[in-house]
Amino acid sequence: MASISIKVEFSGGLELLFSNERLHRLTIASIVPIDNHTPKSEEIIEGETKLVDVTFLIHYLRDNLLKERVELFMENNTVRPGILVLINDTDWELEGEGEYVLKDGDDIVFISTLHGG
Amino acid sequence: MQALKRGNSRLAVDTITVAVTAENALSLLAPYDIILDCTDNAPTRYLLSDTAVTLGKPLVSGAAQKYDGQLCTYNLGPDGPCYRCLFPSPPPRESMASCEETGVLGAVTGIIGNMQALEAIKIITGLHDGKPSLLLFSALGSPCFRSIKLRSRKPSCTACGSKAYDRSIMLGTDYIQFCGGVHPDWEQQGLTIGDASHRINVNDFKGILNSGRPINLLDVRPKTEFGICQLPSSINIPLKQFLMNPKEYLPSDPQIETYIVCRLGNDSQIAAETLRRVEGVGAVKDIIGGLKAWSRHVDTAFPIY
Repeated sequence: MASISIKVEFSGGLELLFSNERLHRLTIASIVPIDNHTPKSEEIIEGETKLVDVTFLIHYLRDNLLKERVELFMENNTVRPGILVLINDTDWELEGEGEYVLKDGDDIVFISTLHGG
Repeated sequence: MQALKRGNSRLAVDTITVAVTAENALSLLAPYDIILDCTDNAPTRYLLSDTAVTLGKPLVSGAAQKYDGQLCTYNLGPDGPCYRCLFPSPPPRESMASCEETGVLGAVTGIIGNMQALEAIKIITGLHDGKPSLLLFSALGSPCFRSIKLRSRKPSCTACGSKAYDRSIMLGTDYIQFCGGVHPDWEQQGLTIGDASHRINVNDFKGILNSGRPINLLDVRPKTEFGICQLPSSINIPLKQFLMNPKEYLPSDPQIETYIVCRLGNDSQIAAETLRRVEGVGAVKDIIGGLKAWSRHVDTAFPIY
């Protein structure tokens, strides 16, 4: 099945939740389950599907890369309100937020606000 | 201030040495055209943003921690977003360490501070393009700088949105509670006396070291901190590693007492408490106030960091 490669970055302290690695290169399927669960096999997806979008990516990161403390990353099936998501250096709100369909080579950044001075 | 005057003798500088609060923020900041947020904590950042919105002034906000910096001008022009548009709620309390705890590279604050000054100058002189953007700096990133195109003001924002009719968010907000409560004073907490059979003060511990009797002394700080300074005969087992298998670090002879030390006396309590739950363990004590107390009361030449 077709897959795409994307770059995922964490910044502003969020990297601490992801094994303290800021940069992750991922290859994910381009067709994914509509309920956002990570399928056991790329070949067989039971039930409805959709093109891979940012909402799926958030669930995928939680289920596959997150090392600790789910509640610090997600809330109500999306990122918690203190986290800003950037799609290719643009605020995700300008790109359709979670419904943005990922493309090969996309650069997705999750950033938490810094408050130190 | 004298340094500023040397650079430009025609500057008028007002120095106000009071803490900004929800009660005085509006009157303190009303006389000025631009607000620069150079503060170091989340409650003040939300307070300054709400103040900027209420007064209708741009807020040039700079932040730095460890190797990273962020620079953003909020509430710029008729539809620039405010801090709450982007970050409606603060990060969880436990994920917000202060600069004192995590450190910040001086050069990073210098870069962000300079960029902040530049941003303010652009606004004053009319050279700013008025578009909202967020600048992210990471000393270790490649590239170091990235500029992010931002949304405009969020209609649903509780501070500046169209639904925030009465603009009275400041009156009803306890900023410290909103950001998860008062920042814990780790040094003070590390000094809590607690159960005498569980904790020992640095002077008594000094006596035990001097007596020369064999003890098991564990230092649970991170490896780098242990590298800076350590007590003689102490063994470094970073807390995370320690908690994975505390039994492994017990002395083979149960008669030998175990003492645990850290920087301020908090992590050592966690380690000691965990160890006490292990079956067949001998005496386990942690050192009150950690190495900072050691330096203060026993050996003033011992480094404080």
